[in-house]
Amino acid sequence: MSLLTPQRPSPGAHIHAGATMVPDQSRAERTTSYAVSDFPVPHGREEEWRFTPVSRLGELFRDEATGLCLDWEEHLPEGVSVSSVSVPEWQRAGLPKPGDRAAAVAAAQSGGVGLIDIPASAELAEPVRITLRGDEGQLVHGHLWLRVGHHAKATVVLGHAGRAAYSEVLTITAGDGADLTVVTLQEWDDESTHLAQHDVVVGRDARVRHIAVSIGGGIVRLSTNVTYAGPGGSFEGLGVSFADAGQHLEHRLFVDHAAPHCRSNVEYKGALQGQTARSVWVGDVLIRASAEGTDTYELNRNLLLTEGARADSVPNLEIETGEIAGAGHASATGRFDDEQLFYLMARGIPQDEARRLVVRGFFAAVVARIGIPEIEAHLMEVIEHELAGDAA
Amino acid sequence: MSTLEIKDLHVSVETDQGAKEILRGVTLTIRSGETHAIMGPNGSGKSTLAYSIAGHPKYVVTSGSVTLDGEDVLAMAVDERARAGIFLGMQYPVEVPGVTVSNFLRTAKTAVDGEAPKLRTWVKEVKAAMAELRMDSAFAERGLNEGFSGGEKKRHEILQMELLKPRFAILDETDSGLDVDALRIVSEGVNRAKESTGCGVLLITHYTRILGYITPDFVHVFVDGRIAEQGGPELADRLEAEGYDRFQSTPA
Repeated sequence: MSLLTPQRPSPGAHIHAGATMVPDQSRAERTTSYAVSDFPVPHGREEEWRFTPVSRLGELFRDEATGLCLDWEEHLPEGVSVSSVSVPEWQRAGLPKPGDRAAAVAAAQSGGVGLIDIPASAELAEPVRITLRGDEGQLVHGHLWLRVGHHAKATVVLGHAGRAAYSEVLTITAGDGADLTVVTLQEWDDESTHLAQHDVVVGRDARVRHIAVSIGGGIVRLSTNVTYAGPGGSFEGLGVSFADAGQHLEHRLFVDHAAPHCRSNVEYKGALQGQTARSVWVGDVLIRASAEGTDTYELNRNLLLTEGARADSVPNLEIETGEIAGAGHASATGRFDDEQLFYLMARGIPQDEARRLVVRGFFAAVVARIGIPEIEAHLMEVIEHELAGDAA
Repeated sequence: MSTLEIKDLHVSVETDQGAKEILRGVTLTIRSGETHAIMGPNGSGKSTLAYSIAGHPKYVVTSGSVTLDGEDVLAMAVDERARAGIFLGMQYPVEVPGVTVSNFLRTAKTAVDGEAPKLRTWVKEVKAAMAELRMDSAFAERGLNEGFSGGEKKRHEILQMELLKPRFAILDETDSGLDVDALRIVSEGVNRAKESTGCGVLLITHYTRILGYITPDFVHVFVDGRIAEQGGPELADRLEAEGYDRFQSTPA
């Protein structure tokens, strides 16, 4: 595997920031804190906010509780329990801290942490399903902790729908040898706003798969941060997004390799259609001096289906040790263009079907990696629906 | 028996300096089973004729007509023309990443026939056609034209001609960029398709070498957007010997 060499993009692809970018400041130096006051209200020029329409997010930066919540619908397989812990208790657990103002406010003002416990060695036969729904556009601070015991095997599907302004912190701790898949579905109404920080702590020899599917919502910004509690851990981050006119879908990943012999593999794919459809993908990977034997790869591909859509894609790789197994990344944004359309139509394929063919082909590989048939089927259905929306 | 009839076709393209006329009155009739070669120097409008018949949006028909058994081809959308039985083998097929060749072929076949092909016979047919064109079976799982060599692209175009079974195939510079072996294999594919379907072929080429494998019934020399001379296969031999010089000195 090549070191620091971006995979060669297909000819004709538009490349944004395809070359390795080393940021001015190391990711390790970015502030994390429980104190809201440690994070000034963003003005939009900060590195971590420069792609985000912060002017529309004012209420989510305000440091005051609303006392409101989302409708909570749960399906818990046997052995799984939901309880709550206080914010100070959570802080004493020594888990990752908020990394930006919205997350700090959410953690401080949530009123308590919803704790989902999957006991050690449990093998769940079916997924844990939790669906959160807004109805009146209410401003909600939410804080969840998904605690998975050692050697447990589980899938958790967290759905988001309806109309809300939701600021979320989700802490995921996977015990040693655990095998966890977390799916977060963003299927909000178009007026909704969702800011989220997901922290994933991968236990020794544990395997965590984090799958982000963002289809609905006016603004969705999901920051997923990954750390390893011991050697031998494996993280797989998959993402599928489909941005329509007026939508801003942003996914930021930070994989912090400090433990040796860990792996991370990230693949995010996004389609965009319509004027002002917008997506942002930032993939930061830091391999610290202590993280010998690290193997990491991240890939982001975007497909612009129409004029007027814009995708930003920024991979960053910082390496502090030469003793690694592999490190690479690739990023490319391509356009479904008139020549492709002509080619497919010249073979008798109608225009709407040609578009569908291209989009299905684009997503097929990453969707197949999800490995949960009901989610895969649902996702392809949702994508079809998005495409049909364009034709209407 | 079908007839593709092109009458006094005038075609322009938009340029920075305004509309530029490329075809200046082309009249040509092709019947099922016939092979017509259109030969001419670069820039004479050969490819424009091919893309105009297929309906590429870049080319604007300003007057004249194209009919297929009396049906107005110019009134049809690009996909309708293909479903009516017109096939364009392209010189530079575009890449469509993520769409596999097998998925594409099945989708195109379904669109052209109006129903999905029977799975078992279809897979067999595709495999056999690929083998004849010396295409590795792994080819079917590659992205459409993605990273294909020039020769692979041309074989893939002819593979589609064989599988989609058009009434008329327009082959735009199918011989360009092929070595002798590939040229022979591709030509054999064209001949097979022609034999099995009885389609008409419009073969567009700059050089005569492909005509050593595919014998034309008619040869048309294209100069400056119109047909300057017509004849049988012997005309191709004369062009081979003399080149296009004597046509280019003719005032337009």
